Amino acid sequence: MSATGIGAAVRRKEDQRFITGKGHYTDDVNRPGQSHAYFLRSPHARARIKAIDSKAAAAMPGVLAVLTGAELAADKVGGLICGWMIKSKDGSPMKAAPHPAIAHGTANYVGDAVAVIIAETLAQAKDAAEKVKVDYELLPPAADPAKAQTGPQIHEVAPRNTIYQWHLGDPKAVEAAFKAAKHVTKLDLVNNRLAPNAIEPRAAIGEYDAGTDSLTLWNTTQNPHVARLVISAFVGIAPEHKLRVIAPDVGGGFGSKIFIYPEEVVCLWASRRIGRPVKWVSERSEAFLTDAHGRDHVTHAELALDADGKVMALKVKTIANLGAYMSTFSSSVPTYLYGTLLSGQYEIPAIYCEVDAVYTNTVPVDAYRGAGRPEATFVVERLMEVAARELDVDPADLRKKNFIKKFPHQTPVIMNYDAGDYHASLKKAMELADYAGFGRRKRESARNGKLRGVGFSTYIEACGIAPSQAVGSLGCGVGLWESAEVRVNPTGSVEILTGCHQHGQGHETTFAQVISDRLGIPIENVSVVHGDTDKVQFGMGTYGSRSGAVGISAIVKALDKVESKAKKVAAHMLEVAEGDIVFKDGKFTVAGTDKSAAWGDVALNAYIAHKFVGAELEPGLKEGAFYDPTNFTFPAGCHICEVEVDRETGESEIVAWTAVDDFGTVVNPMIVEGQVHGGIAQGVGQALLEGVVYDQDGQLVTGSFMDYCMPRAQNLPVLKVDMTTTKAPSNPLGIKGCGEAGAIAAPVAVINAITNAIGTEDLAMPATAQTVWQALQKSNNGQKAA
Amino acid sequence: MSAVAMTVNGKAVTGDVDPRTLLVQYLREHLRLTGTHVGCDTSQCGACVVHVNGKAVKSCTVFAWQVEGANVLTIEGLAEPNGPLHPMQEAFREHHGLQCGYCTPGMIMTAVDMVNRKGNDLDDPTIRHELEGNLCRCTGYHNIVKAIAAGAKAMGKGHG
Repeated sequence: MSATGIGAAVRRKEDQRFITGKGHYTDDVNRPGQSHAYFLRSPHARARIKAIDSKAAAAMPGVLAVLTGAELAADKVGGLICGWMIKSKDGSPMKAAPHPAIAHGTANYVGDAVAVIIAETLAQAKDAAEKVKVDYELLPPAADPAKAQTGPQIHEVAPRNTIYQWHLGDPKAVEAAFKAAKHVTKLDLVNNRLAPNAIEPRAAIGEYDAGTDSLTLWNTTQNPHVARLVISAFVGIAPEHKLRVIAPDVGGGFGSKIFIYPEEVVCLWASRRIGRPVKWVSERSEAFLTDAHGRDHVTHAELALDADGKVMALKVKTIANLGAYMSTFSSSVPTYLYGTLLSGQYEIPAIYCEVDAVYTNTVPVDAYRGAGRPEATFVVERLMEVAARELDVDPADLRKKNFIKKFPHQTPVIMNYDAGDYHASLKKAMELADYAGFGRRKRESARNGKLRGVGFSTYIEACGIAPSQAVGSLGCGVGLWESAEVRVNPTGSVEILTGCHQHGQGHETTFAQVISDRLGIPIENVSVVHGDTDKVQFGMGTYGSRSGAVGISAIVKALDKVESKAKKVAAHMLEVAEGDIVFKDGKFTVAGTDKSAAWGDVALNAYIAHKFVGAELEPGLKEGAFYDPTNFTFPAGCHICEVEVDRETGESEIVAWTAVDDFGTVVNPMIVEGQVHGGIAQGVGQALLEGVVYDQDGQLVTGSFMDYCMPRAQNLPVLKVDMTTTKAPSNPLGIKGCGEAGAIAAPVAVINAITNAIGTEDLAMPATAQTVWQALQKSNNGQKAA
Repeated sequence: MSAVAMTVNGKAVTGDVDPRTLLVQYLREHLRLTGTHVGCDTSQCGACVVHVNGKAVKSCTVFAWQVEGANVLTIEGLAEPNGPLHPMQEAFREHHGLQCGYCTPGMIMTAVDMVNRKGNDLDDPTIRHELEGNLCRCTGYHNIVKAIAAGAKAMGKGHG
């Protein structure tokens, strides 16, 4: 392994600008003649907009325009779309309601935009917003997903507020297995609703250029090309070739910046209308109201086991809340990213999953770090843990007994696991966590008046999403390949153009490592270009842990072509047949001789073209590739959480965390470990601290960092992170992906640990001190467990 | 409008601003020092931390006129111009204490203030407690804590 090649813990190239305050985020961009947009938002969860009087506002100082849904409709600006068609079990298509960028007719959640005020300064726009008079007729809202199907109907297209009733698996086989089962474990679970809260709030600048009749959008997006495609093809603001989307440095995404949001559409539209650039930056309170939330499942699940503790079948019934409108990929999250993962790491002969997706008068819900897979893992791993306790067997032993041991393994829920070693990660984690010593530590805690518990999570996820044909057959509206272009300059330095987008993942370093490894050049001589539709031809962006497995694979494919072309150039330079050229360590050598040409010389010769005839070999050295995966990848692992619970206060402290993950080939272990740390923190946040609360009127109760508890440094322990490796057979480097693992594995490990400590299984997330204390009182097991 | 005058990163600056202009807005929008970030509107996240007269301050929580005559240090002024990085900046890079980079300037300014107040030998619980007012959504804080401990030591060796 070279110092900067694949597998090296190279320090990040991009850090220099971030640690010196020279990062370049969307809010750092200011355009000449720029105006500022402020959105007036509905304070009601559901209300008919009877009239909007904007005359007084329009006359306020500095105001350039006050625009409403009426103007948007008059200009025939299209609505936002959901790009994944899910069909109900009866074959009917999902009930997608119209989603205008500014509410027209009815506002459907607190925060739904009803007007935009554009002024010379933001302060002027805010002042003017206070003068806009909106006459609302209040309508009864449906805010609670569990009651949505019997609540007031929100959209004409969706009776019973039901978007689809989807299912997967074999109900007959499952029922037969349950009849024959020796033991059945049953659980009612709520997967709590979360606010993604990337620390950089969303922002957008729309700029119309009348000279070329084209538009530019600076935007906090994880996938600029998809944004451009949707905004041109569906919203219809500009043809694709007349719209440029630039995503500069983006300060965290976690899924929430995948989606196409109303504000970016409005900034573009308004810019063309007023002939000035229009800038909007979200405030944090606005982010709580308008960024797509995550999770929000209500589930009943049952696991059937035989006399020997072997799992026979699993059935799951879930209500998934998608909010007031269907966000860009929302439909796929509780279906193909959820039901397909319900086999976990286990050989389960029969699975049946039913999901009802519902509308509620809340902000849209869509993918958030893990997207469907944390919810699936929570169901499977809670069931396994509780089943073990009910059967009075060690939870590790029950898992071992049911692990899939042979690969490839076809699950009953679509997925074909191609590689893994679940015993290896469990074994290593148990050793590192000193599981054998848990009983002693529990007794020590008891002596200090504390209840100690341990919880496992042996999770699986499907990443590198995914073969385009496969996702197309499941309803996805786009292909999920990735593109790359490798441009070699005459001096031998390299630019990689990628359709992936980095917002914390360190691609500028890891992608350069792949080049360095292959071409033998220092990473300093490699630049990674991304996040601009004028520079990169096309790409699907970054989410679903896909940049390594899919994005890097595209780079490797392009590098194959570069090497092949470079060999031809070298053959001409060295006057031998192309087949005699060997490329290694940055040098082209004639096999069996000491004749060679250095990388830089070959690059230069490719461009000066003095040694070959243009008719035989094209000058230049630049190659592109599109890589379409042949399978999902299946990262998996084992996380073990140990907690101490204060019986008097109900407060839980995580005292130890062990993670052993199998991500296949790791390009940069330092960065991968960082991804694991961050994912665990988000998972611990879900389990202990975070939860979006809407009251019965649909008012958001948790609308700021004062009310929504984000994990702080003190909430987290020192994390022990290690790895085992089985390579992914489906891509050239064997990469599986690591971005979501922590968030998938962590919540259930925490809840399994706390319930183990307190001796009752009925515990909601977030397991705050109050919640745990109440669980202890109800069960009265606090005394017993001590 | 009200006149303001202060020293920012060693340079005297003056301006004429709307009285409701926050210090962070003055720094970002008037002086174009965009390294100081805004991550919330309730003084919770700490992305906007700068030093005012040597003490860490959330610049979203004070008006520009409130620091009249003060000495303000932002992330852009932490290292000497054209000199090496400040040891705390170097420690964040060395220990992978950042991912998206958005909270990073506030984290580094808080960390330097922490060392100024608590000394160069900072243990894990102290650092975690002191980070109460700084949110990071990417790193799980693990490597930030490591970076601050190492940066604090390096500052003690006369590099800060």
